[in-house]
Amino acid sequence: MAKRPVLQDFVVERDESRCVACQACVRMCSNDVHSYDPETNKVESDSAKCVGCHFCESFCPTKAINIKRSASQFRENANWQYRDIANLVKQAETGGVLLTGMGCDRPYPVYWDHILLNASQVTNPSIDPLREPMELRTYIGRRPDRIQWTVDSGQWTANKKQSSSIQHPASSIQSLLKLEIPIMFSAMSYGSISYNTCVSLARAAREIGTFWNTGEGGLHPDLYEFGKNTIVQVASGRFGVHKDYLETASAIEIKIGQGAKPGIGGHLPGEKVTGDISRTRMIPEGTDALSPAPHHDIYSIEDLKQLIFALKEATRYSKPVGVKIAAVHNVAPIASGVVRAGADYVAIDGLRGGTGAAPLTIRDNVGIPIELAIAAVDTRLREEGIRNQASLIAAGGFRNSADVIKAIALGADTVYIATSALVALGCNLCQKCYTGKCNWGIATQDPYLTKRLNPEIGTQRLVNLLRAWSLEIKEMLGGMGINAIESLRGNREHLRGVGLSDTELRILGIKAAGESW
Amino acid sequence: MEKLVADKDYRVASGCAVVGIMNQDGKKIDGSAVISSISVMRERSNGLGGGFAAYGIYPEYAGLYAFHVMYKTEQAKGCAENYLNKEYTIEKTEPIPTRKIMGIDSKPMLWRYFLCPRGGNSNEEDYVARTVMHINSGINDAFVFSSGKNMGIFKGVGFPEDIGHFYRLDEYSAYTWIAHGRFPTNSVGWWGGAHPFGLLDWSVVHNGEISSYGINRSYLLNFGYRCALSTDTEVIAYLFDLLSRKHGLSFEVVAKILAAPFWSDIERMPPEEKDFFTSLRIIYGSALLNGPFSVIVGNSGHMVGLNDRIKLRPLVAATSGETLYLASEEAAIRDICPGPDRVWMPRAGEPVIGKLNDRRASSVVSRT
Repeated sequence: MAKRPVLQDFVVERDESRCVACQACVRMCSNDVHSYDPETNKVESDSAKCVGCHFCESFCPTKAINIKRSASQFRENANWQYRDIANLVKQAETGGVLLTGMGCDRPYPVYWDHILLNASQVTNPSIDPLREPMELRTYIGRRPDRIQWTVDSGQWTANKKQSSSIQHPASSIQSLLKLEIPIMFSAMSYGSISYNTCVSLARAAREIGTFWNTGEGGLHPDLYEFGKNTIVQVASGRFGVHKDYLETASAIEIKIGQGAKPGIGGHLPGEKVTGDISRTRMIPEGTDALSPAPHHDIYSIEDLKQLIFALKEATRYSKPVGVKIAAVHNVAPIASGVVRAGADYVAIDGLRGGTGAAPLTIRDNVGIPIELAIAAVDTRLREEGIRNQASLIAAGGFRNSADVIKAIALGADTVYIATSALVALGCNLCQKCYTGKCNWGIATQDPYLTKRLNPEIGTQRLVNLLRAWSLEIKEMLGGMGINAIESLRGNREHLRGVGLSDTELRILGIKAAGESW
Repeated sequence: MEKLVADKDYRVASGCAVVGIMNQDGKKIDGSAVISSISVMRERSNGLGGGFAAYGIYPEYAGLYAFHVMYKTEQAKGCAENYLNKEYTIEKTEPIPTRKIMGIDSKPMLWRYFLCPRGGNSNEEDYVARTVMHINSGINDAFVFSSGKNMGIFKGVGFPEDIGHFYRLDEYSAYTWIAHGRFPTNSVGWWGGAHPFGLLDWSVVHNGEISSYGINRSYLLNFGYRCALSTDTEVIAYLFDLLSRKHGLSFEVVAKILAAPFWSDIERMPPEEKDFFTSLRIIYGSALLNGPFSVIVGNSGHMVGLNDRIKLRPLVAATSGETLYLASEEAAIRDICPGPDRVWMPRAGEPVIGKLNDRRASSVVSRT
């Protein structure tokens, strides 16, 4: 059989009347789509190489470029769609596992779009956030069921007593993570994303009063100054884990799983393991950084408990130790076990959570949507009377402030965002993070590309995003007549479902739209 | 009567009138004053619910739990009595005395029992609370609406003054009276849904709507409280029971949990105080009552008035000698106390706390 022509996803349209052959696009594109022909003095484009990142289109000085989906169409077939054929062709040619980046893009139900929020009318005044205080402050970590201080005759002078009911010398309340808004930046490792992206996230977290997460790539020495706003990860590869790393952080997160690839470990292709990354990860330059699928010291829940307490011992119980798991079918009992094993928070990453590199088939077919996972876990922990013992962090595809506030009403203490943050930095979800050729300077280590992301501007854009979302959250909260976010947390009375089955409503623990209290 | 217990799943948001009168020396007055006071605020009710709580009314049975129970059917009565007989020694069973009043009709069967649990229970109050929850959520058409010692709740569908006359409250004398006139906005009136809501010797009357209801209910579930009624008032009673009785917190602290100070205010406090309030909000965030409310909570030794944290509902307080008055409107206080020593509007989240000065003097049985 003859070699099959390469299928092209996108068509690069060039308006010849606008193009001045300045060759900016030729220099810009890391995928070598554009080329200049001196003989004709024209810039040509090889559409087959285009990944659809829209960088050249965004920066073409004369607006001559337009990236469109490929016009070439196969015969309609509900079963065999374009992507099925295209993927099959790639595998026939390479014999390899299909890789991809970012979160699942398949049309599974997005429950956020089937959940509606409440507002006050007449019987209960709505509160105007422009005129009244509106509180979003959130604390993350284990807390006792009751206050152990005694108060003398009206004086708030407290007599601190160590609780005897706390099984372990848990981190004190003072060590809880204090978030000014219930949104944190989710784990993205240095290596999967560029240094400038890390800097932007860290600075924005500090400015807003929230946290960013190192992912499993270690912490670049220059970023230790952001420790007060940093959560560090300990993953199965243990990349970059050492004493200072643990001590600098405000919290430690044991990464068991990730929503984009439940059941397998992190993959960083050797192409992205350049000098600083190899030093930060403490691995040789150019080697693939492949985290084992399980932690090889965690084969069951009691092993997890040992690691949690090993990390607590190592940091003298001075900071929360959380555990991140992927939302899988059995997520509720797993989360319960994790809390009982001593985790101060459980982070759950849903089906649509992003990744820098994952096998396509795993990303698109494994796990469950975060909405259902939040509801199931919150319900389960409450039924067991242990919901107070740990915080619940939800992750996986939060697109806007409404998704966030719905997650909180379902029972999450806070959410992790990552894809949204990258979009704020320029990403257009071309899903090619694993190639290391990110034109936007985000998911790449090529110095020519990384310098495109100015960390000053990046920080400002992330701060803008968080500020905009928090303003919107305040508006929605005030509309519900609530002036503190903790009064919405797990308050599913303020949610109603549309177009959902009875089973889905039951799992989400919400009533159908039209049903009153 | 439309409904009795069939509407247990109905959550009731309401605008209302509240009154509280407490003689802190334990001197008793009959029910006519409180009836007169609440009737001043007739505008604030719509005839779909009224009720009273009275403390110190059963001195002859002061050591026994007084259960007030409403039944819709004989069968429900049989069921509940069977259950009570098994678990409790019942000293006395009698219908609650009532008189015929125009406007009060289709009443349920109203019975009261003076009883104590059989056998030694390590925690008698928890046991009684569980019994109440069991009957209210487990036995159809039976509803325990009062379960404290030496106190009683009287309530039903009608204007509060009519309910007061119906229950012959002029024949009882109490050192604390709490009253409520209801303006339910989204429910057919039903007898069990009227205020006060009670558990053990707690009684709660409430004007407002608790927007944080969903999380408050889930939080209470953590501690074994099952909200059978789905009214926000029930949540307030359970929170007081949990925080005050079980966690041993003073009413001052309970008030600062239910109507927590803002973070911006906490930031300005001296370090010790800041630490304390920060911990309080971190630990008890799910117990914060959000939304507009003015509430009066009573137990054997106390009466507490409290507003939400931005005072979205009215509450006025006054003192005259050892008597503390609380009401939605000043007129209701001046109706029965024309020249109070002091009248003031409690600030948002600032509790007004009445305490019985010498509890033995009033033949109140000391709480364990």
